[in-house]
Amino acid sequence: MAVIKKFLYVNRKAPHGSIFALESLEVVLIGAAFDQEVALAFIDDGVYQLMRNQDTSGIGTKNFSATYKALGDYDISKIYVEKESLDLRGLSKDNLMPLTWEDEDDDWAEKDSIQVVSSTELAEIIDNQDVIFNF
Amino acid sequence: MTTLHIINKSPFEKNSLDTCLRLAKQGSAILLIEDGIYAAQKNTAVGDKLAAAAATHSLYALAPDLDARGIGKDEIIDGISLVDYDGFVQLTTQTSGVQSWL
Repeated sequence: MAVIKKFLYVNRKAPHGSIFALESLEVVLIGAAFDQEVALAFIDDGVYQLMRNQDTSGIGTKNFSATYKALGDYDISKIYVEKESLDLRGLSKDNLMPLTWEDEDDDWAEKDSIQVVSSTELAEIIDNQDVIFNF
Repeated sequence: MTTLHIINKSPFEKNSLDTCLRLAKQGSAILLIEDGIYAAQKNTAVGDKLAAAAATHSLYALAPDLDARGIGKDEIIDGISLVDYDGFVQLTTQTSGVQSWL
């Protein structure tokens, strides 16, 4: 039986000023094919990646923000957002796009993927990973 | 004539905004573009600095960069004017020089 490892993708960059956010998302979606336990963390400017209503038509780049909504279809249900990062930016969960997944063990009930966690909680989560990718 | 100062980095990731606000002469223009526009949003940890600078400088933010990042026009600090790309070009022609704080 294959060994299942815990993977955490740490996202700390704003979405459109550099290629980090898009590259991270690509790697997450590719990695999702390998049946590992995957979680995403959004810290510092990374929280901006999940902002609602992003419209890149005016800057002529790909609007990849809609792709985050596909994460649930790849069985990625653990999306952690650090509360301290939101606070510093005057944001709350309401500013973020809703992301959901369907729980197979609960009659496919639609559940929230995003969990706003404190830095103390996130420290614990980071400490519990087997592999961490940083973007 | 005055200088047009341009900031394209997030105030939470780099100190470009702080350095600009320290060194941009009173009355000069400051334009926020790309990730620099995050400084223009209300209720952030840097909001007070921008609100104060609005009294001494002409502040602008590039609207297409706000749209791309999901920041609504009603969420912008009072005293910051929005410009489009044509407005950006106009600003460069109205000022004597451009200083980009990378």
